[in-house]
Amino acid sequence: MKKKGLYLLFVLIFTMSVSLTGCGGSKETSGTGQNTLIYGRGGDSVSLDPANVTDGESIKVTKNIYDTLIDYQDGNTELIPALAEDWESSKDGLVWTFHLRKDVKFHDGTSFNADAVVFNFNRWMDKDNAYHQGDFPYYGYMFGGYKGDEGHVIKEAIAIDEHTVEIHLNFPQGPFLSNLAMPPFAIASPAAIEKYGETLGEHPVGTGPFVFKEWVRNDKVVLEKNKDYWMKGYPILDQLIFKSIPDNSARFITMQSGEIDLMDGVNPDDVTLAKENPDLQVWLRPSMNVGYLAFNTEKAPFDNVKIRQALSMAVNKQALIDAFYNGLAEPAKNPLPPSLWGYNNDIVDYEYNLEKAKQLLAEAGYPDGFTTDFWYMPVPRPYIPQGKKIAETMQSDFEKIGVTVNLVTEEWAPYLEKTGNGEHTMALLGWTGDNGDPDNFLYVLLDKDNAKGPDAGNIAFYKNDELHELLIKAQQSGNIDERTKLYEKAQEIIHKDAPWIPLVHSTPPLVGKKNIDGFIPHPTGSDRFTKVSFK
Amino acid sequence: MLAYTIRRLLMLIPVLIGMSLLVFSIIHLIPGDPAKTILGEKASPEVLENMREELGLNDPLLIQYKNYMLGLVQGDLGTSIRTKVPIAKEMKPYLAGTMELTFFAMAFALFIGVNAGILAAWKQNSWFDYMAMLIALIGVSMPVFWLGLMEQWVFAQNLHWLPSIGRSSIINPVHPISHFYIIDTILVGDFGGLLEVLKHLILPSIALGTIPMAIIARMTRSSMLEVMRSDYIRTAKAKGVKEFFLVYKHALKNAFIPILTVVGLQTGLLLGGAVLTETIFAWPGIGKYLYDAISIRDYPVIQSGILIIAFIFVMINLIVDLLYSAIDPRIRYR
Repeated sequence: MKKKGLYLLFVLIFTMSVSLTGCGGSKETSGTGQNTLIYGRGGDSVSLDPANVTDGESIKVTKNIYDTLIDYQDGNTELIPALAEDWESSKDGLVWTFHLRKDVKFHDGTSFNADAVVFNFNRWMDKDNAYHQGDFPYYGYMFGGYKGDEGHVIKEAIAIDEHTVEIHLNFPQGPFLSNLAMPPFAIASPAAIEKYGETLGEHPVGTGPFVFKEWVRNDKVVLEKNKDYWMKGYPILDQLIFKSIPDNSARFITMQSGEIDLMDGVNPDDVTLAKENPDLQVWLRPSMNVGYLAFNTEKAPFDNVKIRQALSMAVNKQALIDAFYNGLAEPAKNPLPPSLWGYNNDIVDYEYNLEKAKQLLAEAGYPDGFTTDFWYMPVPRPYIPQGKKIAETMQSDFEKIGVTVNLVTEEWAPYLEKTGNGEHTMALLGWTGDNGDPDNFLYVLLDKDNAKGPDAGNIAFYKNDELHELLIKAQQSGNIDERTKLYEKAQEIIHKDAPWIPLVHSTPPLVGKKNIDGFIPHPTGSDRFTKVSFK
Repeated sequence: MLAYTIRRLLMLIPVLIGMSLLVFSIIHLIPGDPAKTILGEKASPEVLENMREELGLNDPLLIQYKNYMLGLVQGDLGTSIRTKVPIAKEMKPYLAGTMELTFFAMAFALFIGVNAGILAAWKQNSWFDYMAMLIALIGVSMPVFWLGLMEQWVFAQNLHWLPSIGRSSIINPVHPISHFYIIDTILVGDFGGLLEVLKHLILPSIALGTIPMAIIARMTRSSMLEVMRSDYIRTAKAKGVKEFFLVYKHALKNAFIPILTVVGLQTGLLLGGAVLTETIFAWPGIGKYLYDAISIRDYPVIQSGILIIAFIFVMINLIVDLLYSAIDPRIRYR
């Protein structure tokens, strides 16, 4: 009898839930008068303390809660004033003075001032600071370690008056300003840091366009309009919600059913569907990466520039993009992606010309071609989504000029280790930029300082003294115009020497409702929603 | 019966210790470095080393195990390496989410599965029997992710009847008290919210419940067929018991023991293995939580999560065993 009762209860609950839905049946729309934007994404944030994370999903959110002293311009990595209205450096590039914006308040009502900036710098760099709770990984990468370390760039931060801060450096750092624009170096409320300590990541308090309201882990983060934002009239949205929907296809269905307003992580096939849907629009995020084939210039025959140039002429980049990127990439002619300042657009890529390539091979003493190994990556990466297939296509390209390549691969960790050690002859690899500064690509990937195993960043083991001089000079200069010229020249040298075949810059797609206005995807992958609205 | 229950509960201790040893050794044997997943590929060797030291990963395995067990005995499940939040606190909402989903999936599976099985046995070799068993066969073989996506495509994208993802409305969220959203909405008298929660439950419950439903239907049918041929049923029939009562009262009661076994096992499986459903429906549950922990080698979360699931699994089977005697008085535990 007891069992029957239980059974009846099951039946009752089930029929109730079914009948209840029957009478509902309405579509869930996003908010009243469309002033809430719901951003569907693949994963959840790790922590909302940007200084303490490395994952993009965390930064995506904190970018809207916090401000940095300097910010990137919409859609590219040029630098614009943010919490600092303007700045200047001493002649030797060792002292930087920042004039701070006045009348800025943190979300907890405390004032933003020079002391707050100094408080944050000390928290990041000083391991003995009481609030240095966590790893602060990006600070270590970008500023050469922490206080007391040999390569540490920043000496100290000093408050000169209420709205002026001086940052003293141990030695000049060219990308210093670009580094400061990175979201991990956002200024958090000192009062909140003192109050929450280690758990600041769950209670973020900044000066940004949106105020943190709620975070349900693995589900959503809810932000609300900052009514006192210093940029007058902004933000326009009342609410901004980041909703985690792990599966790409399910997320796209949710997009089409209208439950979310914007999504990233779109399957290439779904982009075509989205383009045909009159209610949706598609954006391509400007690239901040490069996929390339590096020649090991220390090994024959790749020590001969003519061989490298010949192979550069034998790759049909557009065909690769059409076949493996669904058109969602652009052919690369420089190591730098075009969204970075300093990009040299005057460079003309090696044309796809098999005859010329053969001729160059003959001049180099290989009229009948040669045989070598071609290493390809075992894992998909944004810049090389299908290593094996791309390698196979290039293999047949090279075959046409008489160069036979054997495809070789390894597990991902040994692959990085062995290419970093120079065991390859040529290898596919790529790079995603950190701070939007050309130094982060050219020096890391092609300078002779980094052409040393193990862990070589320059896996072409390309060593050019003229290039080295330019890159070091650019590193030590604080003047953007001067640095731009140096990097443009550097790209000419690299083009001529062809240590790589730069293949593609991939441009990840985003899909959103047609009535979204003012959204400009940023190459760094974290977008500001300050100026976004619904038409 | 009380003595039996206590004995079974005591037996839990060696089971859980064995389980923890097994999990501990497996996750420390598989390659992958949590320090590297936390700090990213670009971290320098010194920073990585500091991190490993901080996480206690440089201690000998036995010491690591001892520290973990000591914490566990004191009721401390540890702290997540990734989020640095205590696991007990972090896991609660996920566990509630999964339990709520499992409850409805099993309710669906039981209701449809048992009835389809009974009818198929009752009308053996009829078109209904054939259809029901064909559907059950398809149900068992259907990949959950495909079924889930199809449900979303039909009922959310095209018909707009039901929401495609999540546990509650994105705009008007439920404020968690017990983290069982059904209970939470009732507690605050938010019946609009309750309706939303129920609507959100339907598609994932069906996706998750389809395989157990098919298994239950097939099990019920074969069990019922056996019972229907027994002497006491013939006697009851001869006495003129109405056919409906004959089937649903006299026969089902005896046929239910094997069904109950399957239900117990399936419920345990669903609690830990709903990763696919949780991923497709963006359902913040324990399966997805553990899956993520495994992929970034968040050791404490993997250990504690698997232990909790193992504990629940054992408990469910204990309850099933106790239910046997409630259904069939001939079964006695001593």
